[in-house]
Formats: sequence, structure tokens, C-alpha cells
Amino acid sequence: MFKKLFSIIFVLALLLSNVLALEADIFVQSTVDKASKLLSDKISKEEKIEKLKLIAKDTVDIEGIGFYTLGAVRKNLNDVQKKEYAKKFEEYFLKSFSSRLAEYTNPEIDVFGKEVINENYTIVKSKLKATNERPEIKIDWRIYTKNPDQPLIRDLIIEGLSLARTQKEEFASVLSSNNGEIEALFKTLEEFSNK
Amino acid sequence: MIKKIILTFITTIALIVNVNASSDGELLLKKNNPAEVKECWEGFNRASFALNQGLDKIIFKPVASAYRVLPTPIKSGVSNSLDNLSNVVTIPNNILQGEFSKAGANTGRFIINTTLGILGLFDVASKLGFKEYEKEDYGQTLAVHGTGPGCYLVIPVLGPSTARDAIASVGNFVGGDPWYNITVANETRYVSDFDYYASKVISGVDFRAKNYDSLENLNKNSIDFYASVKSLYLQDRQQKILNSKKITDTQNDSDWEEIEN
Repeated sequence: MFKKLFSIIFVLALLLSNVLALEADIFVQSTVDKASKLLSDKISKEEKIEKLKLIAKDTVDIEGIGFYTLGAVRKNLNDVQKKEYAKKFEEYFLKSFSSRLAEYTNPEIDVFGKEVINENYTIVKSKLKATNERPEIKIDWRIYTKNPDQPLIRDLIIEGLSLARTQKEEFASVLSSNNGEIEALFKTLEEFSNK
Repeated sequence: MIKKIILTFITTIALIVNVNASSDGELLLKKNNPAEVKECWEGFNRASFALNQGLDKIIFKPVASAYRVLPTPIKSGVSNSLDNLSNVVTIPNNILQGEFSKAGANTGRFIINTTLGILGLFDVASKLGFKEYEKEDYGQTLAVHGTGPGCYLVIPVLGPSTARDAIASVGNFVGGDPWYNITVANETRYVSDFDYYASKVISGVDFRAKNYDSLENLNKNSIDFYASVKSLYLQDRQQKILNSKKITDTQNDSDWEEIEN
């Protein structure tokens, strides 16, 4: 009797967890739909930017991207520096991300497939529809799926070019021009966020 | 005589640049990894980059801005013609890379589009089911045969390159580009130097117009625009050499796994 009851509870729990786990492609499509709707709203650019920042905070793993972007340098930082970097990176990222997107009005993105790389990552494939001024653009999304209930975006790969990788090499260049001084990178990020 | 000297020079430099007999996929990926490409002439490159940005501001950007408002059929026609013309360099490189079926398909595309497609204005071949492949050049061929990229280089007016790709492009001027041969190198009745240089300028304008918003956006949101352009150029070269746009083919995933620790 107990065995049966346990089996039923186990099967129900399993079914429920599958329902709750958010599929990476559905997550991307719902995120782009949300952003697309916002971008086509008749509100000021400043308001769009503020709302895009909220979407990014919910759907992008900003801290993870920040530490990836820093590369091996992060291993040499103490806890205080790591905390300061995470704060400055978030400000920089949200400004850069939202002002990039705010330039588009009503972008139409169609998700058409996905490739599970491992339990932590799925690549979701999508296309940004062509307009009169630019051709169709292929966009892949690196989704961090370690917590299946809350997938997060870690990278955007536009026509095969990774934005996170570009950012990482940009940060490396700033560090190498300043003898590896992390304070110089903090200053650059601060200047960007305040401009 | 001069041709022989140039060929010997190219071969010697190519050997110095970093030749490795192996063309194993993983080695190809590692060698052409943007992070591995050396920055030997940063001062010169940054100065050259600044010059190119100045030229872009006063010439290419305004021209591209006017070009992009032309009707779509005109822009598509120009773009198709340039793509078709690039086959004359892609086909010999397909053969040099041992890609004979691609060479055959590209030859078919070139013949159909030049004739039925009226000098390449219309892409009839795609409608007939001929698959469109990536463009190839002599730099990619050297890479496929194991030559490393050497140092990163920004050429005044022409833009980003690497030591290997800059040296390999000399191949176009010593017989490797049939379009150059019939326009500049030899006098022919129907085409002249002007056609060659005009095709290069239009190609630059077409590229700038297609990437107009992306470049503006990138410039505005970069903390080091030079480094961003360098990274994007080298990533693009890497995927062209590997003939893959799949991030799992062009990027080592352990980079991402590392941040879990």
C-alpha cells in the first residue's frame, strides 16, 4: 500500500518538475516577445531603457558574464575587489545592453531551434527578420540551464560572433594597456556608466 | 622575373609566419583563436585604425548612408554582382583546399549567374537549387594548410588583417585573381583598371552600408572600440577558415565551464 502511494507521489513529483522546468527555447521566445513589445510601445527612449534594464536583470546572468569577461584576472582579485567589480560591471552592462537594444523599433525575432550542449548550456537558435535597411540576422543565445526552473542568458552570438567573447577581449585590452591594473578597468567602467 | 621574386618572397615569409604541417581541426581552432593572435605592432595599428576611422567619417559613412536608402532591388543587384565576381578567387581556393565539389558548385553558380543572371545581378543559381558556399581567399587557404595568422595588422585604408592574410593577398596581384588579370594586369577591350578599382570601392561601401547600424552601435557602446573591432574581425576570420558559424565549433566551451569553479 505504502509502496504504491510512494510510487504515485514520486511519479507526480517527476511530472510536476518537468512542467515547471522552463524550456530554453520557450524562455528565449518569451523574453524577446517581452522586449519586442516594449520596444514598439509609444513611450520615451529613456523609459524604454529603464524597462529594458528590468527585463535584463530578470533574464541575464549578469554576474556570470562579468566574471567570464574578466577571464583569468578574476582569480587574483580579493573579495572586496570582486564585489566592487560585480557592482561596476552590472552598471556598465545594463547601460550598454539597454542602449544597444533601445535603438531598434519593433524587432521581429523568431526562435526556430535549440541544441543542448550539456546540462549547463543550451544554444537557442533564432533569426532577426530582415528590414529594408539590413539583411536577416542569425542570433544564437547561450542559455545557462543549471537551474532548469530559472534559465538565464549568458551570451548572444550574432552571425557566429560572440558578444561575451568580444567584451572579454575588450576588457583584456584595457587591462593590458594599463599594466594589468584592475583599478584602471574600474575607472573605465565608471566613466562609461556616467557618460 | 619580378613575379618569381615576389613568389619566392611570399613563400619565404609564409614559412616564417608559422607553418605547421598539420591541419587537424582542433589545431586549426587553437591557432586561429582570436585570443592567440599576437599584437606585435599595437602603436602602428592604433594609428592606422584612427586614420581609417577618420576616412570613414568623411568618406565611407556618408556614402554608405546615401547608398542604404537606395531601393532594395538595386542594393540586392549590386550585392549579388559582387558575390558573383568573388567566385573567381573562391574557385581556385576551393581547389587549393581540396574542396573539389564546392569548386564545381561555385563554377556552376558563376556560369549561370553571369549568363542567365545578367552579369550576376540576379542570383538565378540559388533558385535552381545551387547551394551558396562561403567565400574563400588565399589567406584562408594558407590557414587550412597549417599557417598561423602571425601578428594582427591594421592596414591603412583597407582595415583589419593579419600578417598571413596580408601576405597571402599579394597572391591576387600575381595571377591569382582573374578579375585583376583582365582589368589591371592586361589590357582588354571591354574592361579597364577603373572597373577593378570601382568594384573594390563599391564592395567597401556595400559592406559599410550592411553593417551601418551595428558599427555605430558598437562604437557608441565600446570601452575600447579598437579592441572590439579586432575581436570581431578575428572571430569572423576564424569561422571563415573553419567554414562554420557554429559557436560550438569556433569556441572552446571550457572557457565557460571555468567560471563555475
